[in-house]
Amino acid sequence: MEIIPAEIPEKEIAHPDIHLDGLDNLWFQVGGTLCNIACGHCFISCSPANRSFGFMALEQVERYLKESLEIGVKEYYFTGGEPFMNRQILDILQLTLGYGPATVLTNGMLIKEKTARRLQELEAGSIYSLEIRVSLDGYSEEMNDAIRGKGVFQKTLRGVRLLYEYGFLPIITVAKTWEDHEDETVLNGFINTLKVNGCARPRLKILPSLKIGREIARDRGYDRYEMVTEAMLEGYDCSQLICSNSRIATDRGVFVCPILIESEDAYLGETLKEATKSYRLKQQACYTCYLYGAICSNFTG
Amino acid sequence: MYSNYLALQETLKDAWRRGADAIFCLGDLGAFGPHPDRACEILRKNEIAVVQGNYDNSIGNRLQDCQCGYTDPRDNYFAKLSYNYTYANTAEDHKRWMKTLPGEIRLEMGKYRALLCHGSPRKMNEFLWESTTPTHFLEKLCRDYRADIICATHTGLHWQRELPGDKYFANVGVIGRPENNGQTSVGYMLLEVNDTPRFTYVPVEYDYQRLAGEMREEKLPEEFVETILTGWWTTCLEVLPAKERKRGRF
Ligand code: SF4
Ligand code: SF4
Repeated sequence: MEIIPAEIPEKEIAHPDIHLDGLDNLWFQVGGTLCNIACGHCFISCSPANRSFGFMALEQVERYLKESLEIGVKEYYFTGGEPFMNRQILDILQLTLGYGPATVLTNGMLIKEKTARRLQELEAGSIYSLEIRVSLDGYSEEMNDAIRGKGVFQKTLRGVRLLYEYGFLPIITVAKTWEDHEDETVLNGFINTLKVNGCARPRLKILPSLKIGREIARDRGYDRYEMVTEAMLEGYDCSQLICSNSRIATDRGVFVCPILIESEDAYLGETLKEATKSYRLKQQACYTCYLYGAICSNFTG
Repeated sequence: MYSNYLALQETLKDAWRRGADAIFCLGDLGAFGPHPDRACEILRKNEIAVVQGNYDNSIGNRLQDCQCGYTDPRDNYFAKLSYNYTYANTAEDHKRWMKTLPGEIRLEMGKYRALLCHGSPRKMNEFLWESTTPTHFLEKLCRDYRADIICATHTGLHWQRELPGDKYFANVGVIGRPENNGQTSVGYMLLEVNDTPRFTYVPVEYDYQRLAGEMREEKLPEEFVETILTGWWTTCLEVLPAKERKRGRF
């Protein structure tokens, strides 16, 4: 890997442009930056008080869904903040499932029996999949709540149990906060916890942590040399990067990817069509994508 | 195909008996099953037209892995085992032949333009599952690739959809292993064009006990053998979308 000597000024470093091969995945920041909790590693610093992005209204989502037909979008993803804080989320999902498959990224805490039942009806009423991804960052109360906050573990597991009861096989997504040599212990820990909680067929997805937002304080930020340069992309499969096949719609327009909505240069336009232009990988978070490849389809929630 | 030469023999017999004008194989000749050369020999002897799948592309170009597109470590572990076995047991001459296979085949069927491919017209290893492939996405593929009928495979599960504007899509399924439905049969897709195109999925019975026996003799993973014997998938499950996954046992 090429290491950039500290003396080269930022403006002289050549960052590559990534163009959009096809808009396969359309994300919606339906929950804005509002969340019922405030996890220590949240890379967009969501919280009950962060209103930089607001909830998306059904009509806003519908406008993008309509525009997505001609473009040939393949999958729709819903994230936040916490999507289930948006009172219109169930209507939004119902509408979307008439267009194509939907995935919701949630912390699961706000899923009550009534919600689970309604989700089951929506899923059964569509030919497309409704995938629910629930974030959990520890297999024990102690490990999870140290990152996600007191009481979160129990509430999340209650949501997961309900989803199971109503026929879902939620994907549990975990941000990696342990060392490589602990992988096996931690994975087994998760599988056990899920089985004990009624998940006979656990599905797990481990994601690298992004060193932006609150994660800077919890763990660390990026080092000076951690960035993507043109030379690094020689022979690299750019289809690994989300920005080569995705965009995210928010209540404030369309941005390049779910990770960078807080970077000014990540705003690409009001419509999907405007947002198909290419994007220069100047941000240091791009370095994590570069290293871990297809971490797509799973961020906050 | 997944090296299932026993199912291939039964499929050919069935299709000939029904008077099929032409037979096409949409690729992935190897993987999973035993004795990869046997299926190649049958296909080549009978001059069956074959589209190159990701597996054939990998073996033909002597790549390190099968390009199946799995993201889960357990899936990749089993994919690697079966790739190494297939690679080591495929004759040089078949490898050279695989390299020459076309990425797509186009046909005129009456007024319809048909396109046959492995994953999708745009990407050899793209998964087109029924529950994650929107109709408008398929319409765009028909527009972009100037086709009225698109046939693909790669997922291992068959399905079909009529699209607006007299366009058609079918995932033709596979004859290599059962469809994760508790049945031991495999199947193929019959396409007839009279006034309009019509797809019929034809289940095929074959000597799966014999295949399982040969897989054990070749020391292929017991997880694979179990799939042949029970009709349930035991590996490569993480790529399944929610709806398809729920229908299976694991
Ligand atoms: S953060 Fe990742 S997905 Fe976003 S622009 Fe950078 S490389 Fe692309
Ligand atoms: S990581 Fe997810 S659950 Fe935690 S604060 Fe951020 S948006 Fe909320």
